[in-house]
Formats: sequence, C-alpha cells, structure tokens
Amino acid sequence: MAGLELLSDQGYRVDGRRAGELRKIQARMGVFAQADGSAYIEQGNTKALAVVYGPHEIRGSRARALPDRALVNCQYSSATFSTGERKRRPHGDRKSCEMGLQLRQTFEAAILTQLHPRSQIDIYVQVLQADGGTYAACVNAATLAVLDAGIPMRDFVCACSAGFVDGTALADLSHVEEAAGGPQLALALLPASGQIALLEMDARLHEDHLEQVLEAAAQAAQDVHILLDRVVRQHIWPSPDYPLLQSGPWGCFSPNIPRVSWHRQGWYAPHFMLRTPQLQ
Amino acid sequence: MLKSKTFLKKTRAGGVMKIVREHYLRDDIGCGAAGCTACCGAHEGPALEPQPQDPASSLCPQPHYLLPDTNVLLHQIDVLEDPAIRNVIVLQTVLQEVRNRSAPVYKRIRDVANNQEKHFYTFTNEHHRETYVEQEQGENANDRNDRAIRVAAKWYNEHLKKMSADNQLQVIFITNDRKNKEKAVEEGIPAFTCEEYVKSLTANPELIDRLACLSEEGNEIESGKIIFSEHLPLSKLQQGIKSGTYLQGTFRASRENYLEATVWIHGDSEENKEIILQGLKHLNRAIHEDIVAVELLPKSQWVAPSSVVLHDEGQNEDDVEKEEEREQMLKTAVSENMLKPTGRVVGIIKRNWRPYCGMLSKSDIKESRRHLFTPADKRIPRIRIETRQASTLEGRRIIVAIDGWPRNSRYPNGHFVKNLGDVGEKETETEVLLLEHDVPHQPFSQAVLSFLPKMPWGITEKDMKNREDLRHLCICSVDPPGCTDIDDALHCRELENGNLEVGVHIADVSHFIRPGNALDQESARRGTTVYLCEKRIDMVPELLSSNLCSLKCDVDRLAFSCIWEMNHSAEILKTKFTKSVINSKASLTYAEAQLRIDSANMRDDITTSLRGLNKLAKILKKKRIEKGALTLSSPEVRFHMDSETHDPIDLQTKELRETNSMVEEFMLLANISVAKKIHEEFSEHALLRKHPAPPPSNYEILVKAARSRNLEIKTDTAKSLAESLDQAESPTFPYLNTLLRILATRCMMQAVYFCSGMDNDFHHYGLASPIYTHFTSPIRRYADVIVHRLLAVAIGADCTYPELTDKHKLADICKNLNYRHKMAQYAQRASVAFHTQLFFKSKGRVSEEAYILFVRKNAIVVLIPKYGLEGTVFFEEKDKPNPRLIYDDEIPSLKIEDTVFHVFDKVKVKIMLDSSNLQHQKIRMSLVEPQIPGISISPDDISNMNLNGPEKKKMKLEK
Repeated sequence: MAGLELLSDQGYRVDGRRAGELRKIQARMGVFAQADGSAYIEQGNTKALAVVYGPHEIRGSRARALPDRALVNCQYSSATFSTGERKRRPHGDRKSCEMGLQLRQTFEAAILTQLHPRSQIDIYVQVLQADGGTYAACVNAATLAVLDAGIPMRDFVCACSAGFVDGTALADLSHVEEAAGGPQLALALLPASGQIALLEMDARLHEDHLEQVLEAAAQAAQDVHILLDRVVRQHIWPSPDYPLLQSGPWGCFSPNIPRVSWHRQGWYAPHFMLRTPQLQ
Repeated sequence: MLKSKTFLKKTRAGGVMKIVREHYLRDDIGCGAAGCTACCGAHEGPALEPQPQDPASSLCPQPHYLLPDTNVLLHQIDVLEDPAIRNVIVLQTVLQEVRNRSAPVYKRIRDVANNQEKHFYTFTNEHHRETYVEQEQGENANDRNDRAIRVAAKWYNEHLKKMSADNQLQVIFITNDRKNKEKAVEEGIPAFTCEEYVKSLTANPELIDRLACLSEEGNEIESGKIIFSEHLPLSKLQQGIKSGTYLQGTFRASRENYLEATVWIHGDSEENKEIILQGLKHLNRAIHEDIVAVELLPKSQWVAPSSVVLHDEGQNEDDVEKEEEREQMLKTAVSENMLKPTGRVVGIIKRNWRPYCGMLSKSDIKESRRHLFTPADKRIPRIRIETRQASTLEGRRIIVAIDGWPRNSRYPNGHFVKNLGDVGEKETETEVLLLEHDVPHQPFSQAVLSFLPKMPWGITEKDMKNREDLRHLCICSVDPPGCTDIDDALHCRELENGNLEVGVHIADVSHFIRPGNALDQESARRGTTVYLCEKRIDMVPELLSSNLCSLKCDVDRLAFSCIWEMNHSAEILKTKFTKSVINSKASLTYAEAQLRIDSANMRDDITTSLRGLNKLAKILKKKRIEKGALTLSSPEVRFHMDSETHDPIDLQTKELRETNSMVEEFMLLANISVAKKIHEEFSEHALLRKHPAPPPSNYEILVKAARSRNLEIKTDTAKSLAESLDQAESPTFPYLNTLLRILATRCMMQAVYFCSGMDNDFHHYGLASPIYTHFTSPIRRYADVIVHRLLAVAIGADCTYPELTDKHKLADICKNLNYRHKMAQYAQRASVAFHTQLFFKSKGRVSEEAYILFVRKNAIVVLIPKYGLEGTVFFEEKDKPNPRLIYDDEIPSLKIEDTVFHVFDKVKVKIMLDSSNLQHQKIRMSLVEPQIPGISISPDDISNMNLNGPEKKKMKLEK
C-alpha cells in the first residue's frame, strides 16, 4: 500500500545507514596474474571486476593512434546474472556503451596519457552483481587496477553516487533507493585536488538542491578514497595493522581510521611513478 | 559497528524473484531516555523523561515507560493521544506495521511523536545490534514481529537496569494479544493489556471511555445470531478482482435511504460504472467512503434505485425481521430499462473510517452502559458505544470513533472520543459543521505567526525592487458591504492615443507568504478561506487578510497588477503584468459604485473611471455570452444579523447589480490573461482551472422538466444550451426561466484545479474559455498564491523554488485544494441551513409560495424563492395510512389521490422548525395548496402546535 520509506524520521535509511554513510567496501588488487593490472571491489552488494592491459601498441587500425598521448579504451559489461532478472546481452547494448564512454572520459582525466604517446591502455570492467552505484564501483575498481598496472596517474579517481530524498542528500545509493525514482547523481573525483573528473545526472533536480547533493557525493568520494588508499597500502606491504577484509563501511566516521590521508602528505610508492599533483 | 546481510525472497507479479538486500546493524542507536549514560544521548528530538511522573497506575506504582504493540497502536490511538499518556516507546517494527496497515493512524502517531510534551520516542530496533531478530524457519512474519517486539522490550528493561542499580525504571509492554502477553510474562517482561493498564490509572477515569471496545473472540459467539455474511480475505478479493468476478469501488451510502448505497467502480470501463446495493445484508457492514469489493447479482435480481426516503429510526437492535419488511418495500415493480446493475459487498479492501460527530441516543434501559450514537452525517450508520457518563453526554454533541463491526451486530461498535458542547448552541454547531467538513479551524500556531511581518510595517527600498510605482493612478475597489479582505482594485483611464488603459490590481500576498515556511504550509493546508454566516475561517492570519494585504483606501499597498491597453470596443491591444505599489482612492460597495455611475452630476476621477469600466464590462460580457458562456442561477441568501446576539433577524436573497458583473467581468479577463501567460511560460507546471463539460445524461432531468412545459432545451453545446435557456420564457410564468437555470446549475460538473502537465483538456465549459485559472483572490484562495508565484517568475520579478517546478507536487496541491474547496462549499451550505433554522425558530410558522424542483416517489422537493430555501414535502408518514401515490418517472410527475404534481408547479407550503429530533433539527414543510384531503393542512391551522405530527383536517377538494 504505502511505498518504501527511504529515510525514516529518525534518519535511518532502508538498510540502516544514515544519510551520509557508505556501504561496506572490500577490495583486492592483483587478482589475476595474466593481466597487467587487476582489481576486485565490493561496495555492499555491488561487485565489480576490473582488468587493465597496457600501455601497449595500438591494436587494430593504426590510424586510431594519437600523436601526443595514449588512447584509453574502456569496455563495460555486466554479467547476465548480475541483476534480479536475467539480462539478455552481457555487453554491447546502449547502456553498456554509454558506461564505457563515461569510464573513458573519467580515466582520460586521471591517467597521465601524455607520457605514452601513440600507445593504448585497455580497461575492461565487468559488474558481477548490481545493487546500485554500478558506475561508482566500476571507477573505483578500475582505479585500483590501473594502480596495480603501474600506470602513472594524477591521483586516485574515487567515485560515488548520491541521491535526494525529502530534502536530504543520500550518499551511495543502493538498488532499492535508485529504483524509487528520485534524482541520482554520479560523481568521480580526484580527491587530493578536489577536482571533478566526471559528473553525471540525468534526472530533474532543482538547482537550489544541487549543491547539497554534490557536497554529499564529494564527501562520500573522499571517504572512498581513504578506504582505497588503505587497500593499496595493504597490497604493497601486507601488515596485520590493516586487516584487508575489515575496512569499515563507514569510512571516516569510524574513530580508528585517520581522517587525513597520507597521500596528501607527500608519500608515494616508487613504482607508481606518480608526479606530485598540483595542490591548490 | 557490525553488519550482517539478510536475504529476502519476494514474489512480484506472479514470478518469483530473489531479492537480496543489505541490512546493517548498528551499536550507536540510543535508548531515548534522557540522561542515559550508556547511550550518551545519541539522538535529537523528543526524548523520554528520565523520571516519568506519569499518572499513578495501581498496577505498576514505580515510574515506567510504555511499549505498545502494533494492534494497540492501531486501535487505541485515541487513548495514546490523550495528554495523560506520556513516555511511550514506539518500536520501528510497530511503526512500519502501522504504516502498512493504516495511513491515517500512521500520520497521527507521527504527529504525537513530534510533540515534545508527549515524550514519545521511536526506537529503531530493527537496526540495533542487540534487538534485531531473524525470522526463523517455520515462523511467519507476524510471529517474528511479535518476537522482535518482545526482544526489544526485554532489552529495554535490562538496559535501564544497567543505567543505575537503584533505578526502578521499568518498561511495560502493552498488548491485547493474550498469547503474546503470556509469552512476554514468561520471559520476565511486565506486560498488561491496554484495558488493564488504562483501568489501573485511577487518576484518569475518563480514559476508559476512550478505549476502543474490541470484543475478544470468546464472547462473540454467545450473543445472538449472525446477521451478516463473512467478509472474504484480501487475497481472495484481489484474486476475484483480477479475474473479474468482483469489482472494486468506493462505497457511497445514500443520504436519503439507509438501506441503499451505490458503489463507484474504479477504473475506466464504461459499463457497470455505478452499482446499486440494496438491503442491510447486501451492504454487509460497509460504511460510507470505504473501498469495497462487490459481486454483481444475476440480472433477475437487479433493482432500480428507489426514490423512497427512509431513515433508520428503530431503537431496538434485534428487529432484523422488520428490516427485511422494509427492504421489501423498496422493491416495487418497475419497467425493465429502469433496472440498474445491482450487487452485494463481499469484502472490504480498505476502511476509511474517521471520527464522527453526532449525538448519543440514550438507551431506554436505565443503568445500561451501552448506548447508540447517531452521527450527524446521515450516510454513517449508528454506532454502539459503551460509556458510563451517558447522562452527562446526553444532549451534547460528541465525537465517536468506530472500532469494528462484528458479524452478529446490527450496528458497528465504537468508543467515545470527545465532548464538543451543548446541542443547538451556535458555537457547538459551528464546531460540528467545521469538523464534519474537515475544515482546519484551529487558531494559527506560534510557528505560523512568527513568519508575519513585524509591525509597524512600511514599504522599504528593498520592496520597491522589481516593482512599479502606481500610486498616482486613480484606483478604487468595489466589494460587498462589510468586506475587510479586499483583494482586488480597478482603474481605467484614457491614454493620449485615445485608447483606454484598464488595470486590475490584486493584493500581493505571495510577497508576504514565502514558499516553504510554516505560514505557507499552513495556508496550503487550509487551501481556502471559509465564509460561514457569522464567521470567517481565514486562510492566512488576520494581520495579512484584513490589513497588510487588504487593498484598503488611502494607504500604500503592494499589489500585482495586470494592465491592458484596450480600444473602445474592448479589444485587448497590449497586456502587461507587473508587481506594483498602489494607493486606492476609494473602497466602495456595489451599491455605492452603482450610485456613482447612475448619478449624472458626478464627474470626479473615480466616477469617470467606473463609467469607463462599466462600459467596457458590458461589451466584454456580450462577447463572452456570444462565445457560449452560461449564465446560471442559484438562489443565494443573506442573513441580516442582530448586532448583539448574532441571531439572524431577516433573510434575503442576494441582489445583483450591474457593478457586480462589472467587477466579475474584469476578474475573469485577468484570470484568462494570466492563465495564458503562465501556460506559455510553464507548459508543464502551470496551475489552471478547468470545468469539464457534463455528460449528456446529466441533462436528462432538465430536458424532461422543460418538456413538461412544452419547452425545448438543447444541450449539445454550451452555446446552444445558453441560447435555449434564454429563449425558454413563459409569458404567464416569469419565474420559470430562473427555475430552469437553477436546474441547469444542478446538472453541471465541479470545476477543478489541475496541473497543466498532468492533463490535456483545459477547457472551461461554464465560461466558454479555452484556458482559465484563479489569480484574483490570493487572500482567500491558495491556488491564487501559487499562480502569483508562477507569474512572478514568468515576468522575472521573483525567483523560482524547487516545489514550484515539480508537477507531481503541484498535482498534490491541486488535489488538496479541490478537496478543501468542495468541503468549504458544503460547510457554507450547512451553515446557511443552520441559520435558516434559527431564523424560522424565532419566526414561527409561515406559509409561502413555492415551486416544485424535483418530484420523488413519496415526496416533492420545492424551492421558496422568497428565502432561496429548498425543502422536501413528504407524503408518507409514520402511523398514518399511506395516500395513494402514483409516480411517473418519464414525465416526471407524482399523482396523489387525484392531484398531479409536475415539476415547476406552483404550490403553497407551510414552513416550520421540526425539533422532534434534536440532532437534526430541520425545516419541515407541509403542503397547504393545492388542497388534498388527508394530506394538506389549512393555512391558518395554528391550533396544532405539536410539531411532531400535525393533525390533518379534512378539506374539500377544490378541483
């Protein structure tokens, strides 16, 4: 009779989170030996796998090669078993193509493509289970995979979705919340500089509310960054201080995780070949 | 912070689908008790008192919190709302169940929970680490929820004990489920039924009456036989509706006959739109406004709507046989084509009960605690309530809520909610009619008043931004006498190029009511100002309605102006909208304005302006009527009140002057201009008003009535209707035309507000305009406020806000406004009816001329032009031999003995107040002329002051 109450009077969402809280994030890097870089991420029940090849020579038509930078080639697919009802086509439909294009734009903004002219970088992402925020999960998985491949980047790219219900912005929407039909915004951020790599929203939202939703998404993306940063550290120097599968779901709200990322303090893994980003 | 996942399986639309959802469990949810150290106040909002000083309960003397289960919340909300009950823990599990089962109760409980005084706390137990329970194998959802509630209650008790050792705080579990209570006690949770607990509150004995009486299964069987067939369960109903064996619709009881009702079938199918139900058993305990499932009866059992007027009067509740007799009476032989689809209620899909106003009919048996309650609304059946204070409640208006309707009971069971006051007193009656029509009439709250501008108020520099100064113009307002909320003013002047400039200036209410604040929300809720005979229920606080927004003369006021440039044949050359400042030069009444126009020697600015306006208005009106606008008529009355007692001393039908139509004409023009503009600018979310063309069948009664007078009314288009109404004159019967127009008004549909993005038919039938909206009365209608805001955005004088451009929100607003307008109209009518009664009470009985409006099977409905009063003359009375009545639906006519009554016949009736029924004092009319022996009474028959049954004198037949 009555629809789902997305946000209770007490401020809890359907699954028990508060408005600004993320779902539990678990991730692993280097899941495949064959690929140059790979990563697997779980954001709640959304699960995605990313594989990176490159930089390598242009495959196929040579004419596609760019003289001044590398070509970023992204492909998105989602498993037929990823959603409640079985999908017909795993990839190649309009939605997958669009998602691939968005991923490409995102990573062209983050990867230092000018270091590898006339070459190609392939990023393949597959969603194994979809429970809302597929774009964000793909970006986060792909970031880890690109890092795993050792391809130089300006910064992490951290993505998160946000929605708007009853005057409150909700971070990291689950499928139930997405299906309710409210406005939904996807944001990919370069966390150190706070620069936006991609911002996408195709619902109607009054401009007065945009700032609030954007703020929530940005904050959530910053929280995602803290978690991804820990995953990377864990991957390089496995240590019991950072038990891999227990990165708390609430990110910065958890008292035992430092709020400031070390990344920003100027620490870089040598084989990342990162250049210090221009901090504003 | 822990989390776990639950896997839920759900079936949707036949298919089985596995749905996986996450469910996080938290350890940062507070218990809600203020000062609890373990939870360190991890929440905001209302909290439980640390040491509740609650009403002393003899069952549990120590301080305690209450924890009700779902059924208690659903059924005993009246008790929980009482100020005596405080410190209640509402579990999330309970709240969700309530939400799914009853929206009104859910809303009420939320209102209560938001009240700081009540100290209600909502505990999110489903997400709390220690109170979450998983559904076990073989356990159904209800049992699981009951267990979850018990677990939470137990947790609370342990938690509070931890708080401090010497703390005696307890949480008391309230449940009416016997098994649940037993289990709770087993687990060591103090548990009581609601009844036990309320009875133990020795300081508040009045609470017992508010308890809903829910008979337990046990004593249901013993008392008497079963009258009604069982309601089918919801699952079966849905199956039946899907397969087409049952139909779903809204149950509408008949006002005139308690044994008859119609069901309006939902959906778009053309056939079987309206189903008739007849007889108690077929009505099967459905109550007005319920959503029910009906089964169509075979054609052989179909009936025609009876035109009999029948009221439930029996005091004894066991005379079911008698009912059957009465039911037989309804089934008279009628021609085949009169039969309408007939059905019976098989189940209730949704109850739409609300608290009802009415009076107690005290039981004949002394010391009886069970009494019948008669609602003021005749469509609601009588309700049996249990009360100890019957003698104090007698003769009072009270509010009662329905609790249920068992199969073996002739009447539904209910409980007492509130005492409104003595019957017949003006305040009580006004309160009743406001409550019955759901008119929000409480004084404005502090939160609302805080958004009013501070006094003294003046126009500042900031206000002048985006505003034109029109203070130099000669503007005046024309309104009915005594009007304090003046929302429109006019001006007209000649321009240098010979054209005329006409301005309509409307109070700029949207300047004061800013979107989204408490003031705005309250006005949106009220929707309209309600004018009762002696009282006005304002939509906005008085400071705005009668002062700052009111365009009084000789003060600077903010306005929204619509200014046209017209030539002398009233063609619009240019339209301009602007926010402005005006200074009205005169506030006139219609009569004063008329006087100025008519007196030849007045040549001042105001008068010339008025004459110009009047001239243009006449042209505009002519044009409008040419296009097919209808001029309808409805008798409107005005009371002359005694200035001290506020009793009506005279009754008068409204007089219409030229100036009335002058103002009206320009308001229509402004509304149409604005509608065009906002629709142009906001094609998706303009708030407009439409008037759908009535279906041809609506006109049947009008056409038949006219034919009986050898007149023809064409109803194919509005224009032909208007023309044929104009031509329908009878030289010997000048009032006939007015009567026809009154009848035509009854055929019309309601005009409604709608959002342009949600509809594609904009036509206004009555005004013959392709587009229309309301712009000219923002002080008394909320729709106009929205239109003002839209227009202000359109001309760039104000900024937009999110809700304004959301068509679904706008559609919701429209829905509320339509409802409020309808209810306001009904309340006004009820108020007029009440004052008419007061008037005739003081006046005694009078004989007046009347015209027959409708003919019914056992009565005629007449209209008395002198008072604009409509009433029914009955020809069948209790304890009297029924006269010979022959009813003909085709002509329509009614033959009584040897006299035939047609529609529009002139009769003479005697009017008097019938106070035999205290609850429904009514105007009673009896026939004086033509004289029929045994029926009519003599005009000078004053000897029988016994109003209950005027004796009838034998008179000689004149014909």
